[in-house]
Amino acid sequence: MSLTDNIEADGFDLKALLDPEAAGEVIRVMQICNACRYCEGFCAVFPAMTRRRQFDEGDVGYLANLCHNCGACYHACQYAPPHEFGVNVPQALAAARNDSYAAYAWPAPLAGLFRRNGLFVTLGVSAGLALTVGLMLAMIAPQLFWGIHLGEGAFYQIMPHTMMAAVPLAISAFVVVSFIMGWRRYWRHTGAKWGGFPDLVDAVKASATLRHLGGDTSSGILSGPGCPTGDDRSSNARRIYHQLTMYGFLLCFAATSVGTIYHYGFGREAPYGYFELPVVLGTIGGIILCIGTAGLFAEKRRLHPAVRHDEGLGMDYAFIVSLFFVSFTGLLLLAVRETSFMGVTLAIHLGVVYGFFLILPFSKFVHGLYRFAALIASAGEARRS
Amino acid sequence: MPNDITQPIAEKSWDIIVIGGGNAGVCAAITAAERGCSVLVIDSAPRDMRGGNTRHTRNLRAMHDEPTDVLTDRYSFEEYWEDLMRVTKGVTNEHLAEVTLRGSQELTHWLGDRGVRFQSALSGTLNLSHTNAFFLGGGRAMLNALCRHAESIGVTLIYDAEVTDIELENGFCEAIKVEWQGQSLRLNCKQLITAAGGFEADLDWLAEGWGDAAKNFLVRGTPYNKGKVLRVLLDRGAQPVGALDQCHAVAIDARAPKYDGGIASRVDAVPFAVVLNKDAERFYDEGEDFWPKRYAIWGRLVAGQPDQIAYAIIDSDGVKRFMPSVFTAITDTSIEGLASQLGLDPKAAKKTVDAFNAACPDGPIDQMKLDGKATNGLTPEKTNWSAPISKPPFYGYPLRPGITFTYMGVAVNDRAQVLMRDGKPAANLFAAGEIMAGNVLGQGYLAGIGMTIGGVFGRIAGAEAARVLNR
Repeated sequence: MSLTDNIEADGFDLKALLDPEAAGEVIRVMQICNACRYCEGFCAVFPAMTRRRQFDEGDVGYLANLCHNCGACYHACQYAPPHEFGVNVPQALAAARNDSYAAYAWPAPLAGLFRRNGLFVTLGVSAGLALTVGLMLAMIAPQLFWGIHLGEGAFYQIMPHTMMAAVPLAISAFVVVSFIMGWRRYWRHTGAKWGGFPDLVDAVKASATLRHLGGDTSSGILSGPGCPTGDDRSSNARRIYHQLTMYGFLLCFAATSVGTIYHYGFGREAPYGYFELPVVLGTIGGIILCIGTAGLFAEKRRLHPAVRHDEGLGMDYAFIVSLFFVSFTGLLLLAVRETSFMGVTLAIHLGVVYGFFLILPFSKFVHGLYRFAALIASAGEARRS
Repeated sequence: MPNDITQPIAEKSWDIIVIGGGNAGVCAAITAAERGCSVLVIDSAPRDMRGGNTRHTRNLRAMHDEPTDVLTDRYSFEEYWEDLMRVTKGVTNEHLAEVTLRGSQELTHWLGDRGVRFQSALSGTLNLSHTNAFFLGGGRAMLNALCRHAESIGVTLIYDAEVTDIELENGFCEAIKVEWQGQSLRLNCKQLITAAGGFEADLDWLAEGWGDAAKNFLVRGTPYNKGKVLRVLLDRGAQPVGALDQCHAVAIDARAPKYDGGIASRVDAVPFAVVLNKDAERFYDEGEDFWPKRYAIWGRLVAGQPDQIAYAIIDSDGVKRFMPSVFTAITDTSIEGLASQLGLDPKAAKKTVDAFNAACPDGPIDQMKLDGKATNGLTPEKTNWSAPISKPPFYGYPLRPGITFTYMGVAVNDRAQVLMRDGKPAANLFAAGEIMAGNVLGQGYLAGIGMTIGGVFGRIAGAEAARVLNR
């Protein structure tokens, strides 16, 4: 069955969006867990489970996107293999979660890009890179491209600002529409309900601290034992690396935004001085993004084989690595911007960035979208129960 | 011949060997290792299934005079004592019971200092937050933390190793025999701590106490507790304690696995149901008290019925009143239809349910309290929450006795030393956990006390064994 079969003119079939096998396994496992509930203190998944007596496909999409795939419940499970119940919650939810990315993707005919996502993301980012570098090499005179440019507007000697900004603007418009549609599909499929501003605040707090990778819902927002990655030992390493990545990304995003304000608001052109806000934000952001993604890569490799969802690894690795290159090439540009390598480094950085943003709606980036939506729903359920 | 793996274990002269890698055994091992002893822990299960019934536990019962980080209110010695006396009806060694209760006081802190995490009480915990401290993630998570700590302080743990004999002469243990890695090994130790659990997974042994009824029991606990070590100890002159048929047994879903079903096999329908035996007759007051206070008697009740089977029948109003079960209820639009699906005589079942319905008082029931909604003129009476089973569809759960652990074990003193038949303590042989729980728990059951007995006596055994070695 192709995912697009269920798309109808006025919406989509709410019942059969997910792979029946993946959804069925989650439902089977949740029925066992709901009669046990020993794990209810770990994260938001289990309290959400206890609010239900039965599970439909929408619940599967919801619970799958609440789960961080940490493994605490697997190592704690009295019903984990070799027990005949064969319960493996992180694995079941990971399979359904991966499937849900494709199910909620917009435009739906492109959902297949989630199938071999590692390859697609790699190709997408590489194509962005090759195209940008190639075009610039072809269009810009060599003495300009390999020249040394100093002072305000130096970057725009290589590429006019209007073009440098127009490309991402067009990409952003597509990305934003795609995210909105994806969110809508998630929201309708899972039957989530908007419960008001406090739910949003709670979801922001949970995201800001990655509360549910803390390993203990009753501990403070910044404390908690963390979660197991390799063996059954808990640590906050993955949580910290993830937050370095997220905040690094947000700082870089802020750097670009501030730069834009400088450009249009104050008529000041990049590059900016080392101690000016856009550069400071970008440098700090870039450094912690590099550390965060490198750490996440290592943690991902350490994941316990029973918890790890092998089919989704390609997507995870491709996303982490491309994010690393986005930040690394940015830092590199900062380092060489006063040399004759500025042109080529700028081309590479822009190429990676363009490629990265273009494939954003079909990359692991969407996990943040659906996780955040799930957190809002979970906060609302918790408040209402 | 020992190989590379077995040789270092077999050739070492261990200060202390602990048989059984559950809560009691690992608490003993940690306590002894912290006093400088070399300790080997032997578990009969593979690593993934290690630790006996600890895997299936969730909490321990601890006395405390004021609220702690993991327990609300206070649970005084007196209240704890009354609870224990109520369930055991006084069948307990009062001195050892007092040792257990007093020892429970510092248990949560002791475990917490060794990496065990507790959770704040949430839903589904049977409202035990003032008496019981809940392990975050349950007993397996707790045991993982304990084992990790034990290994970090030098304790050696081996799995899939079966103890076949204990060389015990005149109350002195010389060595033990172990089947491990396809080899028969003789391991020397200065002190031996037995924490190898009960015999609930040996249906033949259960039959010695229960007769043929035992063949219809489901073993809710670990399949690895076959009582082999207990058998050796008794054969070698240890003094038994507790009756053969005393155990913790609840009524569980008859469709649960024969072994190892654990908590998820529970059915909490009883207080809101009528429970019929195979003759479609009621046999006990389903609404006698809140389920958390009564679930532990229903294993014995069902065990006492013909063919050790019963059926909880409930309607669509009642089915929402308890936690969902792992097995989907058998459903039908009529009582007769449900009865025939369950294998009951439809007419007889209908008659019993009709009689029950006719005896129900008017008005809604209130499950949050003992609402006194009792049947009128029915035998046996249902004293609370009596509401007609009248709103289809109807739901049925088949019930069987599900045994968690046995109480018959070896007698010990307050130093956890095993007592021999002459009443004298063995010189270097200790016991902790299920294997000696019957000293305290002669009958009945109090949620979480198994883990308390294991933790308290595990610590005592470890400390005493180390003390004998001047550690």
